[in-house]
Amino acid sequence: MARILIVDDSASMRNMVAATLQSAGHQIKDAADGQQAFGVAKGESFDAVITDLNMPVMNGIELVRNLRTLPNYKYTPILLLTTESSMDKKSEGKSAGATGWLVKPFNPEKLLATVNKVLG
Amino acid sequence: MTIDLKQFYQVFFEESYEGLDVMEQGLLEISKSGTDDPELINTIFRSAHSIKGGAGTLGFPEIVSFTHVLETLLDEVRDGARSLTNESIDLLLKSCDALRDMFQSLEQEQPIDDTVSKELLAAFEQMLSQPSATGETAAGEAAGSDAGLSSQDSALEQTFFPTGDAADGSAGSDAGGDKIWLIGFKPEPQILLTGNEPLRIFRELEELGSLDVEANVEVVPAFDQISVDECFVSWTLRLDGSVDRDDIESAFDWVMDECELNIERVDAHATSDDASANESAEIEVTAASDGTDEPTPAVAEPQAAPEPATVSVAEAPAAPAAKPSGTLAAKAPAAKSESGGMSSSAGGSIRVGIDKVDNLINLVGELVITQSMLSELGNNFDMDKLERLANGLEQLQQNTRELQESVMRIRMLPISFTFNRFPRMIRDLSMKTGKKVDLVLSGEQTELDKTVMEQIGDPLVHLVRNAIDHGLEMPEERAAAGKDETGKIQLNAEHRGGNIVIEITDDGRGIDPDKILAKAREKGLVAPEQELTVPEIYDLIFEPGFSTAASVSDISGRGVGMDVVRRNIKSLGGRIEIESELGKGSTIRVHLPLTLAILDGQLVRVGKEVFIIPLVAIVESLQIKAELVNRVSGNMVLYRLREDNVPIVPIYKEFNIEADNQELENALLVVVEGDGNKIGLLVDDLLAQQQVVIKSLESNYRRVEGISGATILGDGSVSLILDIQGLITRASRNRRKSHSSRAA
Repeated sequence: MARILIVDDSASMRNMVAATLQSAGHQIKDAADGQQAFGVAKGESFDAVITDLNMPVMNGIELVRNLRTLPNYKYTPILLLTTESSMDKKSEGKSAGATGWLVKPFNPEKLLATVNKVLG
Repeated sequence: MTIDLKQFYQVFFEESYEGLDVMEQGLLEISKSGTDDPELINTIFRSAHSIKGGAGTLGFPEIVSFTHVLETLLDEVRDGARSLTNESIDLLLKSCDALRDMFQSLEQEQPIDDTVSKELLAAFEQMLSQPSATGETAAGEAAGSDAGLSSQDSALEQTFFPTGDAADGSAGSDAGGDKIWLIGFKPEPQILLTGNEPLRIFRELEELGSLDVEANVEVVPAFDQISVDECFVSWTLRLDGSVDRDDIESAFDWVMDECELNIERVDAHATSDDASANESAEIEVTAASDGTDEPTPAVAEPQAAPEPATVSVAEAPAAPAAKPSGTLAAKAPAAKSESGGMSSSAGGSIRVGIDKVDNLINLVGELVITQSMLSELGNNFDMDKLERLANGLEQLQQNTRELQESVMRIRMLPISFTFNRFPRMIRDLSMKTGKKVDLVLSGEQTELDKTVMEQIGDPLVHLVRNAIDHGLEMPEERAAAGKDETGKIQLNAEHRGGNIVIEITDDGRGIDPDKILAKAREKGLVAPEQELTVPEIYDLIFEPGFSTAASVSDISGRGVGMDVVRRNIKSLGGRIEIESELGKGSTIRVHLPLTLAILDGQLVRVGKEVFIIPLVAIVESLQIKAELVNRVSGNMVLYRLREDNVPIVPIYKEFNIEADNQELENALLVVVEGDGNKIGLLVDDLLAQQQVVIKSLESNYRRVEGISGATILGDGSVSLILDIQGLITRASRNRRKSHSSRAA
């Protein structure tokens, strides 16, 4: 069981990812944009972060960049959950410090497998 | 693991309706300002994108393919390859409508009617294939990359990693059997800082076949020079098994550009296999981007999804039909208003800010503490603990009040929910009528009870339509009258006392009282000799049977008349009034109660009865001084209150009951105000002030003049709530009667 932070501006996407991960016994917190997520992340620690890319206020790439400045999140797996799988977005995310990416629309089994993989 | 996706439908639908509203507002703004504000475009894009993402996961292929085309267009705009023309805005707005219809069908578990969406798609495709040639390639790329599903996705990546090979899977598996792979993996030092753990990758490879790992540690610096954040080790791995190249690559997917990776097949068939694989990889790549240039690129998307997703796509639309029970089915019969956006919330649920819920949870926490304190106190109670008990009860009272306020606040929504439908409506109307209209909204954040909001939507729509249709003049006419050619409609909402006031103001031709009166006489609504004041004449507009038939048009002349508008507003406990100046314009003002459920009341006693006076209506309470009482005539008695003469209304007379005291001297007078008029209510005693839950008298008994409802008090007795406005109207009627009798 791990503690995972889910960041997406779409509530239904958050719900779906959360329910998938909860079904495997993970503990979930969520946030609707990067800024909110950063606030939550500062206060506690998570075993993994899953974030959308295109969000209002603070986008996913900025969030990753900001999280990596926190000592707690130096090595934490951060996955980008996005449909914008074009390479420049991915590499932008990677150079900001993202661990990898998940593609949406997602299939629950695959999502879970990937998350479990990064949790080790 | 199985997850029932249906549980997410409702939230997704509501979110999508909201997203469509956001898109629509953004589009209207762009259409108005004429500039493609990048932030605005991105917001619109994001909405379409979220809808597509959710629809894809939940298995609504019709929505996916439709939004995909919108997204393609918007993406071109975002990249600057295309600008939004009026034509494309129109098309996008129509698409919002079409999507709303599609969502409503899904919500009601009806099959989706795709005639409209097909027409729109055709129009989009025509647009996308039009001159903006740069746009077309951008669209192709965007679609290809956005498809984002594993096979296409990895195929695209191959372009960046030509050593890689997407088609190896098929070629390799044809050959079957075990293969031996030699993998050189040299990560860049900072790889650990992205949370990528080489061990994790090895573990994944280990699942594919038997793995030998050899670490090369030559470059690891001396211990005192080691930086813990950096990775100095490289590895040589030997993987044995029926494994394809893309399986291996997918394990390294995330670290591709942060390492040197060398994957080599070292068993007997290696060379020929690799060569053919490379070739087909290129073909694959082209195929992937070609495919997206096809007219309906998105259709391919669900098929390209990994297998389990395809299954859910096929299943989802059929599944709801098989189970017609549950919340979705229950919602289906709910009436839908024509504008769609609001109708989504007409059903059961409400979206509430997290802060409001958190606040509620805190309060419940406090309540629990108070409760446990009280029950502990009660366990072995003696008189010494009386003070603590009193404190506890006081705390309980406070908790309850706060909890109640907090729950009420949950029902409150900003009126922007209703206002937001107007920009679109006005755009459409202005195109239809040829009138130029500028809409100004203010006070959109004013909060209003959800039930009131839902019911005020249609009357407001009607009023705004009327303002444009009857109020505003054609541009030429306006120019001739020395006005700006563009007419102005203002919508304003604000809190005034316990009410919310919504004003619809136009700067049009205004209402001509003479014309109205003439028409009313013609229709027999007003007797020929009867004289009316101007406000009374305006009021005629709301009479049933009064229609400005001369100007009935496509817009406002349909069905619902102003009488229905007034009836709706009255049934909400509100009222409507008109102010107008000929040639300058009109203002229609709608007063509504903030909530229909709870009222702050002053309890008063008259004889044996307890009545409730809405606290907001009370100006002051005083003891009558005989010298200020002024008997005008008959039964009309006025009280001199500073500058005002306030009619005294004895409640016992109004309701024909026994009072303790019928003398005016030293009696208690509660001065109340409604609509700028004051009256003084004569009561026997002032009791407590408290919040009461309003129960309708009409639905439980029947309408009674002067009474707006009833409530149940703490001791279980029923108490009537006074209708201040009604009492004032009655008093002024009596006053007029006494005036006229005096005159006669």
